[in-house]
Amino acid sequence: MNLFNKINELKSSNDYESLVSLVPYAKTIGVETSLVGDHIVSTLPYIESNIGNHAIPALHGGAVAGFMEVAAIFHLMWTGELKQMPKVIDFSIDYLRTGHAETSYSQCEIIRLGRRVALCNIKVWQDDINKPFALARGHFLLSSNEPFEAKP
Amino acid sequence: MKKPYIHSALSMMKNSKHDINPLLHKVNQTPHATQLKLELIDAKDTTVTLKLPFGEHLIGDPFKRIMHGGAISTLMDTVCGAAVFQAQGNFQSMATLDLRVDHMKPGEPDADVYATADCYRLTNTVAFIRATAYTKDINDPIATAVASFMRSNVEFPVR
Repeated sequence: MNLFNKINELKSSNDYESLVSLVPYAKTIGVETSLVGDHIVSTLPYIESNIGNHAIPALHGGAVAGFMEVAAIFHLMWTGELKQMPKVIDFSIDYLRTGHAETSYSQCEIIRLGRRVALCNIKVWQDDINKPFALARGHFLLSSNEPFEAKP
Repeated sequence: MKKPYIHSALSMMKNSKHDINPLLHKVNQTPHATQLKLELIDAKDTTVTLKLPFGEHLIGDPFKRIMHGGAISTLMDTVCGAAVFQAQGNFQSMATLDLRVDHMKPGEPDADVYATADCYRLTNTVAFIRATAYTKDINDPIATAVASFMRSNVEFPVR
């Protein structure tokens, strides 16, 4: 058994709420999932342990990055017919505003879903979807079974 | 009274550095860094090394027992910020503008991860940082990162 199979099991039984319990890190930062249409949507309710600067107070940039990465992986898993767990290759975040001590919402957009690689854009916001506080893009490896054969 | 900006990298080099910024020991006191149990390992000149101890709560894949990429991102963000404090020689706040992490290979099961960051350029308003994460050997990295931070003249809150 692996994580991929386990998540596929949840997917076939439409049990999106149990997704988080499979990924300890997602539980640590307090990610919650819901289903909107066919898409999985991840939210990050405010918890004190995600604070990076308690004077403002502001969410830790790392917690925001982790949330966006979890959201992208769940979204890819739920949307694509994948053969294995997506593995992050690179992840690039632009921080636009302070993430305040309140609930954060995410929206993922798959720019390209190839055989081996997917490119996903992620947006997170708090009170206004048109005012995201961070944007991210990440490449994910979907299949490591088809290596590129270098010519000798 | 608020402290003024440091006006050039040169003036900064005269005053501070080459010693561990004593406030760095408090960098792991923010709630999120505390939860991840980040530890200061070393700091000199413009570089800082932090350790992210392996823990059940950081696992991304419970079957392979390797750390989640998001935990590595937090380590990278924090170590880059710490390198700015170290290069500045004070505890003036900053905000992450941009962070990019490249994952070279998955971490090892149950292994602690170290990250070393170098704040290689400090302008009046912006700081530029490179960082490398590894389990044993910095020359065999699991991830690398580049980051830029907006500097500010507000003191970072230290309890």
